[in-house]
Amino acid sequence: MSIGLIIRLVVLALLVAFIVTPESFAFVFQPLTRNGQPAIYTQNSLLNLTLSHLTIVAIATIAATLVAVGLAILVTRPFGAEFLPLSRSIANIGQTFPPVAVLALAVPVLGFGTAPTLVALFLYGLLPIFENALTGLTTLPPTVTEAARGVGMTDRQRLLDVELPLATPVILAGIRLSVVISVATATIGSTVAASTLGEVIIAGLLSNNLAFVAQGGLVVGVMAVLIYDALSALERILMARTGQRREIS
Amino acid sequence: MSAVVAVPRRLQFAIDKLGVLIAAIATVASFLPFAAFRANRIVLGESKSIFAALPAWEATLLVLALFAAIAIALFRTPTLWRLWTSLVVLAILFIAVGHAASFLTPEGDRIARVSPGAGFWLLIFAFALLAADAIARLKLRPWTRIGALVGVAIFFAVLLGSGTLNDLSILREYFNRGDTFWREAQTHLALALGSLAAATVAGIPIGILCHRSDALRAPVLNVLNAIQTVPSIALFGLLIAPLAWVAANIPSASALGISGIGAAPAMVALFAYSLLPVVANTVVGLDNVPPAANDAAKGMGMTDRQRLLTVEFPLAFPVILTGIRIVLVQNIGLATIAALIGGGGFGVFVFQGVGQTAMDLVLLGAVPTVALAFAAAVVLDSIVEMVSPKDMRRD
Repeated sequence: MSIGLIIRLVVLALLVAFIVTPESFAFVFQPLTRNGQPAIYTQNSLLNLTLSHLTIVAIATIAATLVAVGLAILVTRPFGAEFLPLSRSIANIGQTFPPVAVLALAVPVLGFGTAPTLVALFLYGLLPIFENALTGLTTLPPTVTEAARGVGMTDRQRLLDVELPLATPVILAGIRLSVVISVATATIGSTVAASTLGEVIIAGLLSNNLAFVAQGGLVVGVMAVLIYDALSALERILMARTGQRREIS
Repeated sequence: MSAVVAVPRRLQFAIDKLGVLIAAIATVASFLPFAAFRANRIVLGESKSIFAALPAWEATLLVLALFAAIAIALFRTPTLWRLWTSLVVLAILFIAVGHAASFLTPEGDRIARVSPGAGFWLLIFAFALLAADAIARLKLRPWTRIGALVGVAIFFAVLLGSGTLNDLSILREYFNRGDTFWREAQTHLALALGSLAAATVAGIPIGILCHRSDALRAPVLNVLNAIQTVPSIALFGLLIAPLAWVAANIPSASALGISGIGAAPAMVALFAYSLLPVVANTVVGLDNVPPAANDAAKGMGMTDRQRLLTVEFPLAFPVILTGIRIVLVQNIGLATIAALIGGGGFGVFVFQGVGQTAMDLVLLGAVPTVALAFAAAVVLDSIVEMVSPKDMRRD
């Protein structure tokens, strides 16, 4: 086992231990409190908040992946070729919209709660995945696609057996980007009453309790870094398996 | 002869696939409420269709204009026509929604609110799609793109200056807090640009060091990557404690305006986020300098410093500038979140609006943020294209 892996496992173990039994870590956060404020957030269980945070991110990312990859396949086929220039610029322009703005603008349409957060995460999550899926499907080595055509594969076989597998690492890089943004935006989702870990940070900011701010920030931050790290590792494995060595941004 | 004439005629009546989509959206949108009227800021709105929201003759003109535009979108027409059609329709829509607000507001009523309805937004979306498609197909040159942006900005300045939109709810919110608006605008720009400037000054030397030392490269880039992954509100929050400590224990710090909450943690966090794109792009830019150019410079007897300044850096500049573009757009968006820790900026209106369920107030914060980010992206993309050597340009 490499040192890097051991450090990651220790961090993960600490994170899980803190989420399950936050009270046993109270001594760490005690110095940050003033005037006898509680050191650990107890209005809502940290475990429930974490699970709900992750569920929101997972649902939004899965939906965004299905739709984005579907659309990317559509516009890279001859039938949808007319939409290709437009979809490129939409993916480009859309990412200049700040996620907070997307979140805030979803509220009037959907009301408060988890729904606007879910929709904002889905909409914003589409863009990086779509952009990367486009890149992946349009920059395949021509020799490979020619060979696939040469051995008599149908369009459908070429897509499923050649193009998609080769594009998967690039698509996964898009998913990773989208997940990182989603974890962050879901945190802000608690300002519109979604039940996520942002609740702990916001509660700390409102009651001027640094202990809450620090524990919320730490859990979200560590979680984001670990997820990012795991997805990068998965990408490297897939890259090696498809024998590609492409630069991933 | 007849065959030559027949071909263009058949093409003229060919249906455009994107046109079908735009026509469908625009048609549906025409039947949705064009504006919403509320007796005051908090109550639920009454929806008004195009004919209920505008005087009969204006509504008729608007519908005719939409019909014509949908027809132009639906058939394969020259790209330039499509661009101008979409721009004209967008302009008409903005003027019409301003008129609708004046028409629906009872004379002298300062409490009633008229806001654009779902139909209006969908129509804007449909014709913005048409415009975006035409612009993407025309492959405009950098200066033309910047010129177009200035043109759009002048149009909105004139529209706002003429008072056509004054009865819209978003402008009512603006008139209620005119001074605050410009102060928050300044804070927002100071946060976004200040952190960018600091990150450029610090990031480029770090990038040069990382390019030259393999031992430094991986650790520095990994740490910056990890920072970028931490959600903004968490990073803002985590910086409060150390900065509060600095303010309390270092006498001159609080005199400089450093404190636990407010602009200081926001500035530090934005700076930290900005480092990765600047450093990483500096490294990639320098890595991509052709070895031949470096060898030639060495052969001419240039010192290390001369080579860096006159050969490597100019060649890497477009890539570094791309990093700066990423940072600027990202910071304009992230500065919104500074409001949650008392750092000011347009986020103040967004979060106040969310708190009061006042959509107009949310828009007052979100619209300028989106507009700024969009303008920054257009301008910097154009500059990047201008400074890139021809063979490195996209398409």
